[in-house]
Amino acid sequence: MSTRPVPPTSELTQPYWDAARRGQLALQRCEPCGHRPFPPRATCPSCGSSSLPWSPVSGRATVYSYTIAYRPPHPAFAAQLPLVVAIVELEEGPRMFTNIVGCDPADVEVGMAVVATSEPIDGTDMVLPVFTPTKENGSSD
Amino acid sequence: MSLRGVAAVVGLAERAPQRYTEGETNLELLSGIAVDAMADAGIARDEVDGLLVHPIGGLPGFVPATVAEFIGLRPRFAELVDLGGATGAGMVWRAAAAIGAGMCTTCLCLTGTRRRRRRPSSVPGDSGPDPAARRPRSNPPTRDRSPHAEFDAPYGMVGANVGYALLANRYAYEYGLTDAQRAKVAVDQRRNANANPAAFFHDQPLTIDDVLGSDVICEPLRMLEIVMPTAGAAALVITAADRVADAAQRPAWLLGAGESVTHSSFAQAPDLGETGVGIAARAAFSSAGVDPADIGLASLYDCYTIMVLLTLEEAGFCKPGEAGAFVESHDLTFSGDFPLNTHGGQLSFGQSGMAGGMSHVTEAVRQIQGRGGERQVGGVEIAYAHGNGGIIAEQVGLVFGADR
Repeated sequence: MSTRPVPPTSELTQPYWDAARRGQLALQRCEPCGHRPFPPRATCPSCGSSSLPWSPVSGRATVYSYTIAYRPPHPAFAAQLPLVVAIVELEEGPRMFTNIVGCDPADVEVGMAVVATSEPIDGTDMVLPVFTPTKENGSSD
Repeated sequence: MSLRGVAAVVGLAERAPQRYTEGETNLELLSGIAVDAMADAGIARDEVDGLLVHPIGGLPGFVPATVAEFIGLRPRFAELVDLGGATGAGMVWRAAAAIGAGMCTTCLCLTGTRRRRRRPSSVPGDSGPDPAARRPRSNPPTRDRSPHAEFDAPYGMVGANVGYALLANRYAYEYGLTDAQRAKVAVDQRRNANANPAAFFHDQPLTIDDVLGSDVICEPLRMLEIVMPTAGAAALVITAADRVADAAQRPAWLLGAGESVTHSSFAQAPDLGETGVGIAARAAFSSAGVDPADIGLASLYDCYTIMVLLTLEEAGFCKPGEAGAFVESHDLTFSGDFPLNTHGGQLSFGQSGMAGGMSHVTEAVRQIQGRGGERQVGGVEIAYAHGNGGIIAEQVGLVFGADR
């Protein structure tokens, strides 16, 4: 459980959050061109199609970059310092913001292999996908 | 249509950054700086027929009309520019383009912000406190929101520190970069600020050790390489080539411009080496018909030290990956071999909202006009000003020349 700015969802993005609540990371996949857009779109930014059904992804990713915040970037994080904010690159291609959890912040590095896990948001029934180092970790970027 | 020689900056005004303002509204601030800029240019209010402004907190819409009426203008070209830190630079080429297209002859570009002691909402993309973001499960599903609030802010990607720290760590991973190399940028710029009475940190010297000894805010970025928010304002008067001779100041001709917008969320940014910084800069240089080597003054957006380093190489002042070595081997002060941000940069001058980005333009103009005072660089014929918005999201490059 952690306090955070609560994500304002929409009809478009609801499948993402429904999947997250089931412990899954799901993304759209463009039916005609196979592109996996993130964040969710109404039209494919690659080919323009509006046929963008949702499907689960592997949850495997590598750390594209990270920082360790020693001051809260938002008051909600005041009790969670130091906070590792990262961009991860999913095995399926897209990059997304996340937190790296379940390890010493000093051990996080660019290129580190990570896997998606779930973090309930305090005071809501929402679950936020976050990432944690894979068990047999090795640099793979 | 090339913009080269179509128009020139012939007047400017800038209010020295201060930490806070009391009482004054943004409209009052902007009208004051507008009057000062017209006076500097020696151009009467009824000669101004173009107005460029930026979004103003508290005004949900109708911004150009509101500002125009408040100042007493009836422009034939009224523009709202919304490019974050690139807004001021973005105003300049838009003004020249409107003049070149015959829509108007003399434009006023206004930037500035007041700053109260109480902190406003710090969630980017929000214009104010947002109860919906704190009240679970009550967000109207059809309300337009930036995806940033949904997919970035919940992780702590709020404000700019986190984003530029991510940029710095990625840069260091790809190319190698030391803390001292970043600090060198802040230190040389402070020496410039020490020669600029308007700079917020004018009276405070700074050493590499000071920077390295300051608190780490977002690893690797330290307090003294992070810009400080201030209140202030800056305005330009830009007029058509055939009006330049009527103005009170020497012209700083716009020779070329480039612009690029590549993303909103930093997670969706292009890879290093392919950012909009280079796209905008290359377009500016090629439209001006000059090379980076021709530049006598670089006035590069510096919300953080890493931004200067990135811009130096992506704009072509040095090779990719060599920015750290470049700043170590060059004297970046006004008396040095590569004069950079001679007003102190925003890091030492202060960041007064959109006027912070505009300060890079006003300094380029001043140096071209020979109005740099104690920090005047000898014989600046061509200057480059770069604006940057968001987390390297919006980019504008401008080339100015003393001659048309």
